[in-house]
Amino acid sequence: MSRQAVRPINEMSVSFPALSENERFARLAVSGFLSQLDPNIAELSDIKTAVSEAVTNAIVHGYRETKGEVSMQVRIFGGGRITIKIQDKGCGMEDIEKAMTPLYTSSPEEERAGLGFTIMATFMERVRVKSRPGKGTTVLLERTVQGKQRL
Amino acid sequence: MTELKTVQGVTVALLSGELDHHTARLMRCEIDREITEKRPRRLVIDFSGVTFMDSSGIGLIMGRYKLMNERGGSVTVARPPVYIKKVLRLAGVDRLAPISDTLDDLLPAEDYAKEAERIEQTSGQTN
Ligand SMILES: Nc1ncnc2c1ncn2[C@@H]1O[C@H](COP(=O)(O)OP(=O)(O)OP(=O)(O)O)[C@@H](O)[C@H]1O
Ligand SMILES: [Mg+2]
Repeated sequence: MSRQAVRPINEMSVSFPALSENERFARLAVSGFLSQLDPNIAELSDIKTAVSEAVTNAIVHGYRETKGEVSMQVRIFGGGRITIKIQDKGCGMEDIEKAMTPLYTSSPEEERAGLGFTIMATFMERVRVKSRPGKGTTVLLERTVQGKQRL
Repeated sequence: MTELKTVQGVTVALLSGELDHHTARLMRCEIDREITEKRPRRLVIDFSGVTFMDSSGIGLIMGRYKLMNERGGSVTVARPPVYIKKVLRLAGVDRLAPISDTLDDLLPAEDYAKEAERIEQTSGQTN
């Protein structure tokens, strides 16, 4: 729809190999880029947690802890609106709705709680997931950042 | 990072730094080794030094709960910072492990003063 017509004020993209060491890097890259919006501590903590969930999922589920590339794009729009896209070209999902059900996990033996998507949905305003078995998964996180001065 | 101490059947695991899928692996290993060796009746996981936590932290608590429960023991989550409490609450962790804002009454009486002081010092250093 008209969404494409709205141009971001600023944006950044990074991609990195699917290594668990990069989960921390992804959080830091996002919070570094968003520092221009002067987010408050609670907002930053929420965003970092949601990013960590999506990136970890790409690494542990998408690529099943094997080689692969994770890409991430962060966009800033007017009014403090942000979008964060996290993409993998891993195994994908058959049933997105089932995957997003709270407490559902395909790997309970690895001590997973099945709460990643629930955390993303709670800490961001909108979560959209596109996935195709054998092709990969794209997670789009959206929310508004109020920033410190606007509190 | 994980600092472990077992006194009179109570193991305190003082975690510090960021708790994600990457760091949880080692923390889990170290806690489990201590539990297997010392066989405590209670495990206190002290989150006061944790600066970030995602669902991997919930997995870590759930796994330790299972382990302790099998042995007839309990788990307490101690001193979580506000941003971690938010994740704990969302996950309903308190149904498995009570959440405590202090270490008071969690440690064996005699060693409590000494222990609290030591932990206070360590978390000061690692922050
Ligand atoms: N990028 C992905 N590629 C393939 N499957 C995925 C991906 N992300 C999530 N899934 C599937 O969705 C399920 C639910 O994900 P969610 O993050 O909610 O829970 P989890 O990762 O299993 O556990 P937790 O996040 O609590 O550690 C996963 O178990 C997995 O089967
Ligand atoms: Mg997950």
